[in-house]
Amino acid sequence: MDNNTIIQTDHLVKRFPIGGGHFTALEDIDLRIGKGEFTGLVGPSGSGKTTMLNIIGSLDDPSEGDAQVLGTSIKNIGARRASTLRKKHIGFIFQTYNLMPVYTVFENVEFPLLLLKMSDSERKKAVMDALEWVGLTSKVKSKPKQLSGGESQRVAIARAMVKKPELVLADEPTANLDAENSHNILRTMEKLNEELNTTFLFATHDDKVIRYLKRIIYLEDGKVVGDEQVKK
Amino acid sequence: MLRFFIKGLIRDRQRSLLPIIVVTLGVMLTVLGHTWITGILGDVIDFNARFSTGHVKVMTSEYFENIDQMPNDLALLESEAFIAELQEKYPDMTWVERISFGGLIDAPDEEGETRAQGPAAGMALDLLSPESQEAERLNLQNILIKGTLPTSPDEVILSDEFASRLEVEPDDQVTLITTTMYGAMSITNFTVCGTIKFGVGALDRGGIIADISGIRYALDMEDATGEILGYFPGGEYPDEKAITLTENFNNKYADEEDRFSPVMVPLRDQNSLTGMIDIIGYMSGIIISIFMIAMAIVLWNAGLLGGLRRYGEMGLRLAIGEHKGHIYRSLLSESVVIGIVGSVIGTLIGLLFASLMSKGIDFSDMMEGSTMMMPGVYRTQITLESYYIGFFPGVLATVFGTALAGIGIYKRQTANLFKELQA
Ligand SMILES: Nc1ncnc2c1ncn2[C@@H]1O[C@H](COP(=O)(O)OP(=O)(O)OP(=O)(O)O)[C@@H](O)[C@H]1O
Ligand SMILES: [Mg+2]
Repeated sequence: MDNNTIIQTDHLVKRFPIGGGHFTALEDIDLRIGKGEFTGLVGPSGSGKTTMLNIIGSLDDPSEGDAQVLGTSIKNIGARRASTLRKKHIGFIFQTYNLMPVYTVFENVEFPLLLLKMSDSERKKAVMDALEWVGLTSKVKSKPKQLSGGESQRVAIARAMVKKPELVLADEPTANLDAENSHNILRTMEKLNEELNTTFLFATHDDKVIRYLKRIIYLEDGKVVGDEQVKK
Repeated sequence: MLRFFIKGLIRDRQRSLLPIIVVTLGVMLTVLGHTWITGILGDVIDFNARFSTGHVKVMTSEYFENIDQMPNDLALLESEAFIAELQEKYPDMTWVERISFGGLIDAPDEEGETRAQGPAAGMALDLLSPESQEAERLNLQNILIKGTLPTSPDEVILSDEFASRLEVEPDDQVTLITTTMYGAMSITNFTVCGTIKFGVGALDRGGIIADISGIRYALDMEDATGEILGYFPGGEYPDEKAITLTENFNNKYADEEDRFSPVMVPLRDQNSLTGMIDIIGYMSGIIISIFMIAMAIVLWNAGLLGGLRRYGEMGLRLAIGEHKGHIYRSLLSESVVIGIVGSVIGTLIGLLFASLMSKGIDFSDMMEGSTMMMPGVYRTQITLESYYIGFFPGVLATVFGTALAGIGIYKRQTANLFKELQA
């Protein structure tokens, strides 16, 4: 794995037990994703996009083969080291924003930093910076209930970005958003990708997202069926 | 970090309010139950102390061995000097003489022939000295059914049941037939001055009470007494103090060679009261266990429901990089906070109710009338224990309930929890 590679899978296989046998969700995947990429896993429902993101995010383990993420092997990583990898280096964005309803916008964004040792003033500044990136400094004290879908997803992006992770995994981030909001948050992510050189990996089948991708990896039935760099 | 979770806890009513209410209720009932039991059993002990055991009792060692036979031939001699000595050695205590005796009560007709007769269990105590507290100690005035208390040495009170069986009324004459301290036959006439209800079966069948001077005369016990009862100031039985005093006394006075040497026996070693005193301890344990188990079950289920509701949060926290064990521990910390808050509130409310009822709730209207044994008033008694006893079930049950509920969450695979995020 060279210095510029952030994700590399080798003969990655994922099987889920069902009934007496098993279902193969990912079949022999070999991929390499470099630092600073803005890449999407694209494919129909059930093609294995989420499964792939889960393994890369060390939330699930491979059945066979391995995935190297930031130089760490996901096979046999162990729960503790997996959580450390996520805590320090990976940000997640979900289709359903998953903001914690009892906390304010500020507190939701602050939470990942509480897991990292950081002084109060550093933390406060980092949170305000992140909210600045997504243009939500005016909603600091709002509760998630008071936000629109687009605003909620922007808070989720701020939460994923606040610790300046090397890698952001975004699973269908626009599925619940209208066109305008989708473009909005994608432009935000594009900007963060350019300014902070954060690697983004999407799972999506949404054209609005696909248009922004710089590299598209096509999945079908758990196999890579295409991989194209988009010339802009 | 903990501050962050406590903030969430306070804001999330569903997560905090229900468990706190459950804990508050359980703790309140624990505290109240504990004060009731302490109060009721305390009353039983109190009754025994007043009526027969004192807080400590001094007798000859041989008398103590045969106490059921009321062996006045084994009485303490030179009791007046002995009492004075006790009073001097232990000046903050109150010492009183009692004589228990058995015999027959004979009710004569006009010619002086026996009309009715029955076995009597008698107790003699100082009812005539102006400084004596004995009548109050036995609550005699309040349990009087007919007539008055004795005003002279030749008067007796009979249990009301006994009196009606003998068909005697106040002012009638009765004869006490018994033996003197020296074993001779003794026949003495008394005037019935009143009747009382003891509320204890055996005593209601044949109980009589007389002033100690009259009984001394009848039993030929000049300057002698069967028992000397000692009371600590303040009324409540102080078990440990009584034991210490007893050891101290017996070291000085008891002499194994001498059957007539005085021994002191604390309340707990008389009338099988050891069991009673220990029961207070057990009952507290039982109450705590019952409420703890009940609360733990409720909180476990509440925790499971809350946990279901929070799968999303758990999954998110996992994704953000919180370790499973850390999440589990944070749930337990939340439960400790809830347990403590609920216990504080529950204890305060419990103590408030307990203190409102510490004067007692009067059930005597519902019962047949107050008796010596059952004053008809049930009261709570707040002890030092009442202040902290609720915290055991309160905190333990919440932690335990959460721990059980948490295992369910903990056991779920990371990926499954994570699935909640994609729903
Ligand atoms: N825990 C599981 N147990 C059994 N089968 C599973 C499990 N998780 C995923 N699968 C199966 O694996 C396949 C790929 O699932 P995955 O969630 O990765 O699809 P996806 O590409 O993200 O689809 P979508 O676009 O609908 O989100 C599906 O057929 C799914 O049913
Ligand atoms: Mg998916």
